[in-house]
Amino acid sequence: MAKPENEITWRDLEVGIVVNEPGNASVYCTGDWRSQRPVYATERCIKCGTCYIYCPDMAIKILRDGYIEHDLYYCKGCGICAQECPTGAITMVEEEE
Amino acid sequence: MDEYLDRLNIYASRLVSQKEYFVPGHRACQGCAEALALRLVAKTLGRNNIVACATGCMEIVSSPLPLTSWKVPWIHVAFENAAAVASGIESGLKALMRKGRLPRQKINVMAMAGDGGTSDIGLQALSGALERGHNMVYVCFDNEAYMNTGIQRSSSTPFGASTTTSPAGKVVPGQVTWKKNMPEITAAHNIPYVATACSSYPFDLMEKVKKAADIEGPAYVHILSICPTGWRIPPQLAIHAGRMAIETGMFPLYEVERGKYRLNIDLPELRPVEEYLRFQGRFRHLTPELIEKIQQRVREEYEKLKRKVEMTNED
Repeated sequence: MAKPENEITWRDLEVGIVVNEPGNASVYCTGDWRSQRPVYATERCIKCGTCYIYCPDMAIKILRDGYIEHDLYYCKGCGICAQECPTGAITMVEEEE
Repeated sequence: MDEYLDRLNIYASRLVSQKEYFVPGHRACQGCAEALALRLVAKTLGRNNIVACATGCMEIVSSPLPLTSWKVPWIHVAFENAAAVASGIESGLKALMRKGRLPRQKINVMAMAGDGGTSDIGLQALSGALERGHNMVYVCFDNEAYMNTGIQRSSSTPFGASTTTSPAGKVVPGQVTWKKNMPEITAAHNIPYVATACSSYPFDLMEKVKKAADIEGPAYVHILSICPTGWRIPPQLAIHAGRMAIETGMFPLYEVERGKYRLNIDLPELRPVEEYLRFQGRFRHLTPELIEKIQQRVREEYEKLKRKVEMTNED
């Protein structure tokens, strides 16, 4: 997007409120909602992808080597990945200031 | 060696497409299983998909004005007419293809609404669209109340649940009516495909949505979407709650394909409903007698469903 979200006025909108840029919500940071942060231990991971399929925020990426990575820009810290991980490779820790 | 093992992709989660058509940055609450269900549905239907979305949680979280979470054409419609708009889109596409102004191809048309937009407000439009036989997929995301506006009861709210418009008190134990059986209502329209799904069983859900899109004619998929905010559970238990709903028989997973019923997860023995009700804040006030009443109802409904499965698969 050309302008930050809070600087857009009604003059910048398209006629009929058409948003012509698909998927531009990905500029919005939902990571600052988080009060707990996932910590991932590679050595316990069996590369099953359970966390990936259950993440409601698409914040888990499967890397080339099969391990995963949390995208903390989007992770809201719900803790589903830590709860559902069959081997306990993900734990939630308090987010420090 | 390790390198080759990785390429085998032995886990189902890693076989699904990594492409997302519902992108991150949406404003759903923490642990929203409805957003998860929507993500899986969008992933399954793919690029050639047009969505008509009724008002509801998924509309407000995915489209705060200058932004959109969608990578496919998406139309926001009023609360009651998602099915009507989707049938219009389908007819329009058919006409364009007939006149040769659009190359012939398969384009999925999906209508989506919450439980309020389906079972209360949009029922009439849905019934009309099913009756006319448009080739579309109607997906209902059932989180068992109007969560978007602050947890008001809908006709899909289960018995005993405390919401802001059916609060539990000394006299009234929360919601006093039973959950409306939407899958049965749509199955009574004799449409080719009706299914229930839950985001706690993602592969089952994706398979059903795929089947619904491939089948010619209208298809209806009813997805139980756990809402941690409205059900008053911690967000990390969202997946567990869905699993419990299926294992206790509160929400059986089944499909009706051309009149034939099939239970997808057939448990030899159901768990007691208490295990499902116990950890949810909205059922906290229930007395043992009321839990027994719910248990009896669940058992009866499950037996009824099992009889239907037997009856329709006799020959």
